[in-house]
Amino acid sequence: MAGVAFREATKRFGGAVALDRLDLEVGDGELLVLLGPSGCGKTTALRLVAGLEEPDDGAIEIGGRVVNHVEAKDRDVAMVFQSYALYPHLSVGRNIEFPLRQRGFDRDERRRRVADAASTLGLSELLDRKPRQLSGGQRQRVALARAIVREPQAFLMDEPLSNLDAALRTQTRADIVALQQQLGTTTLYVTHDQVEAMTMGDRIAVMDHGVLQQVDRPQALYDRPANTFVARFVGSPGMNLLPATLEQGAGGKWEAQVAGSALAVPETAATAAGGAGAALVLGVRPEHVGIGPHGTVDATVVIVELLGAEVHVACRLGDGTNVIVRQDAAAPRPAHGEAVRLAVAPASLHVFHASGARVESGAGVGHAPVPGEGATP
Amino acid sequence: MPSDAPPGRRARRLRLVVRYTLLTLGAVVVLGPLYLTVVNSLLPASALAQRPPPLFPVHPQWHDYAAAWSQGHLDVYLRNSAIQTGIIVAGQLVTSTLAAYAFAFLRFPLRRTLFVVFLATLMIPFEVTIVTNSTTVSDLGWYNTFAGLTVPFLATGFGTFLLRQAFLQIPRDLREAAALDGYGHLRFLVRVAVPLARPSLAALGVFSFLAAWNQYLWPLIVTGSGTNVRTVQIGLKLLEGTQLSHVDVVLAGTVIAVVPLLVLLVVFQKQLVRSLTGGAVK
Repeated sequence: MAGVAFREATKRFGGAVALDRLDLEVGDGELLVLLGPSGCGKTTALRLVAGLEEPDDGAIEIGGRVVNHVEAKDRDVAMVFQSYALYPHLSVGRNIEFPLRQRGFDRDERRRRVADAASTLGLSELLDRKPRQLSGGQRQRVALARAIVREPQAFLMDEPLSNLDAALRTQTRADIVALQQQLGTTTLYVTHDQVEAMTMGDRIAVMDHGVLQQVDRPQALYDRPANTFVARFVGSPGMNLLPATLEQGAGGKWEAQVAGSALAVPETAATAAGGAGAALVLGVRPEHVGIGPHGTVDATVVIVELLGAEVHVACRLGDGTNVIVRQDAAAPRPAHGEAVRLAVAPASLHVFHASGARVESGAGVGHAPVPGEGATP
Repeated sequence: MPSDAPPGRRARRLRLVVRYTLLTLGAVVVLGPLYLTVVNSLLPASALAQRPPPLFPVHPQWHDYAAAWSQGHLDVYLRNSAIQTGIIVAGQLVTSTLAAYAFAFLRFPLRRTLFVVFLATLMIPFEVTIVTNSTTVSDLGWYNTFAGLTVPFLATGFGTFLLRQAFLQIPRDLREAAALDGYGHLRFLVRVAVPLARPSLAALGVFSFLAAWNQYLWPLIVTGSGTNVRTVQIGLKLLEGTQLSHVDVVLAGTVIAVVPLLVLLVVFQKQLVRSLTGGAVK
């Protein structure tokens, strides 16, 4: 096993910068998820580690060794492709064995390893089948078996679950996590699905336009997003973002004017944000917005979506900003078109500069409440 | 007779009748000459002069086949044709596979331009290059040798184009997965690309075989007297000028020369149709 590191790694395709000075370390045995929308550079980062692309600047390290000019076959990493990349003319057994044939393993050792990998992934009964005779989930497991059979220093996984249906995806991601923990192999996992990232990653690195936005543990990322992009991208639905202007009201209390209504802002945040007149973006998670007469922000209900255990109520403020409210399915449900008042507890507010960067204002500000603290108004 | 079938069904039936009539006519046009050749090769020479000629050999004459085979040296000519065709088919499969792989998977300067040049060779009829090629073959001392017969045909733009299209169908992920697994280009070609392009390779093999086996002009130019390297098509022509110059013997020789082609077409019919209709339907 070995750690993987990007040192100011930059990759351009023509004039387009796919990866911009990426600085990131993946610890030995860690499962790090690269998360971001299409075109954010996450797959490029993975391909740099695989050796399928070379960085234009900076360095890629595997196990502390710079591998910029080391050929893909000599990096001792295994990759699971989005398409699985199974050889259609070879049986499952031969597919799994394929990496071993080129690496000088004798026949008995190859058989032993194929049998072990197949057994680990529940493929022992399918070794003679061709890939076209397998379901999507089985193909995915064959691709995983082909990756683990070599016992590489690191696994690279490029959206390996994206071709599976929802139920199978849930099961398989649990299987992958269990397998990774069992093997303890450093894993770099690319996905655009934030649920996948939150449930699988030891840490998550969020990327946008080739730039690393934030890297942290899943809960920390959710609780303290570094900017509005991360706030919006992580969470389903993402954080509500409300453009606001800071004012000092009567008695010296700080308020943010949002669509003609006032929301109380803690003093530390207000000071750090620049004081009176500063343009802000206030963030609030959907589960931290309440609907009721005690609210202070006027809104109109535009969509009510029932998702079984919970309900998402989409509301529109006076300035056209949309706010999603997450409610328990058992709670009283507003009707479409109904005028409501939204309530937000100051402790659950995230404060961002107009540029999108988080306002760092010390304890008590910008922290989402811990579960069970009852921060929802 | 008035039909009770509804109009849609009647139209479908009419279309079917028209289609099968046209197909039958086509089959007669294509297979008719072949049938007549076989029939005439089995008739005595006297019967060939009858008008109209018989359409079925009541008393087949097999001795014409024996005469064509032994006295007309068809055994030698067929062997020569087999060697010539074998070398050309193998050569074209190897060179086309390597060139097509390069165009499909490798990145190198002027790749597109070179490919266009390859395609441009398809526009030049072979006859245009005959004088230059025969001079070159003669200068190299290859006159009356298998090298002279085959070397000018060892590479083909058509084969390169056909196989490149097949290789382009192979997902790029497979090449990258193989690269990570330690497979270089040559091993990937042998272990993955060639097995996956097998239908196209078979089709190219059949096309090459047909073209090589049926060559007449080039073997006539680069082979001289004697039978050491002359091919069966030249041998058939020579039958006319010998003491065996009977139409029935020549026809028997023709049937013998056609048999390998028929066997090949029957065996590889599927691959041929698949390669010709590839991409036409999903």
